[in-house]
Amino acid sequence: MIKEEPKIPRREFLETCSRKIPGWLVIWATFEADQILLAQEESKYDPTQHNYAMGIDIHKCIGCGRCADACKKENQVPAEPVFFRTWVERYVIPTEGETRVDSPNGGIDGFPELKGEKDILRTFFVPKLCNHCANPPCVQVCPVGATFISQDGVVLVDETYCVGCRYCIQACPYGARYLHPTKKVADKCTFCYHRLTKGLLPACVEVCPTQARVFGEVGKGSSPLRRFLRFNDVTVLKPSLNTEPKVYYAGADGEVR
Amino acid sequence: MRIPKIPQQLVPLAIIFVLVIGSLVVARWLLVPETFGTYGHYRAQAVQEIASQEVAYAGYKACLDCHSEVYQLKQQSRHRGVACEVCHGPAAGHVQAPDEYMPEAPRGRGYCPLCHGYNLSRPTGFPQIIPEQHNPGQACMSCHNPHNPLLPHAPEECSACHRDIFNTKVVSPHATLPCRKCHAAPPEHSVDPKFVRAEKPTSRETCGECHSQDAGSPKEIPRIDLEIHGERYLCWDCHYPHFPEANR
Repeated sequence: MIKEEPKIPRREFLETCSRKIPGWLVIWATFEADQILLAQEESKYDPTQHNYAMGIDIHKCIGCGRCADACKKENQVPAEPVFFRTWVERYVIPTEGETRVDSPNGGIDGFPELKGEKDILRTFFVPKLCNHCANPPCVQVCPVGATFISQDGVVLVDETYCVGCRYCIQACPYGARYLHPTKKVADKCTFCYHRLTKGLLPACVEVCPTQARVFGEVGKGSSPLRRFLRFNDVTVLKPSLNTEPKVYYAGADGEVR
Repeated sequence: MRIPKIPQQLVPLAIIFVLVIGSLVVARWLLVPETFGTYGHYRAQAVQEIASQEVAYAGYKACLDCHSEVYQLKQQSRHRGVACEVCHGPAAGHVQAPDEYMPEAPRGRGYCPLCHGYNLSRPTGFPQIIPEQHNPGQACMSCHNPHNPLLPHAPEECSACHRDIFNTKVVSPHATLPCRKCHAAPPEHSVDPKFVRAEKPTSRETCGECHSQDAGSPKEIPRIDLEIHGERYLCWDCHYPHFPEANR
């Protein structure tokens, strides 16, 4: 048997390798470094450094319903007028008798004129949304761990894990949850979590034309929320339930629930 | 050392026990999602999934890059606090592909009244009109530039901004009194209401001009003795001057 000579002599092969491999290595390393840097850029958001909350100034709310409208558009909330992540209520307090509250289509199309109303003592608008409680009843009752408080203090729903049992909808004292008609899972305000992680404001805060909605962080020294909390007599909804809501209202009287 | 004899009946029991526990362990391994419990009693991966949702509202800073002129104009105006996407709708698509996706621009009469249509529940002082009475048929834009909503002329009536008070007063015994009878308002107040304020009465004598015993007003007007009526209170501590309840 004749031993076949290799097409490339060994010496030449080694020489080529020593010349070319370092070059390829450099190119590969730059590419990888790029990927790592990109990944770092994306993961710059550190949820442990945040604790979000919202302030709502009832004196400033003009009831235009842009917040409810923007929320539906931002989060693909079903258009039917019974599904809302945020909505605006109109309170009408008469001199005598019971306070009346209405919210036709969440306030998106405006509010009908108060016809034949006599002796109105006070009337105002109250925007409502998930209160992102620090002690949330909805999280307590979830049997599968599909709803939870994230590290940045936002109450979220894991829609791939939710079984649609509706316990949380029943448990929420603020009526902030609904069952998504097509996904068949619980759905609610996320403080626009996908926007927060990108450094944007929640859609409702972004579009509020009178800055009735203020967004910020509980612990941060300089934030619009800190000013809001410093200069207003704030209250939360249903404080007696010990849910520790993180949506603070200024100008909400005892009738607001 | 002698291994103690395991009773015969325990062997099948032990096998069943091991099988049951084993199957539970396997089931748990199969059913519990990978990232469940990383941070708490939930699937940590869900946070990333929620955060990966598409943004629809780009935020006003995105508009500023190309439309700085409009932004500058708006920043000087009364609409400075109104973000672009309040009227133009979600525009993240427009930021991605400026030519393919055009944001909406409401030009008819339907949109502005969502904020500026009269509604009793709105805070007083917020400029409101009654769309049916306010230049019917004309587009709002034909007189008002939404990016710099200057008024074509200063409002002639106080009711342009204080309609809730006007509507209360108009059905009260004070219906015929002009607002300026009690509120001295410099003309600039109707142009720059936040910085030039209208005055409010400060003493009982303002009401006394009509309601005191020796006032020269028509005699049907109810009279009180300023010296003894209402003790140390000011008139409006008890009576709402825009709707005096005293004679009901």
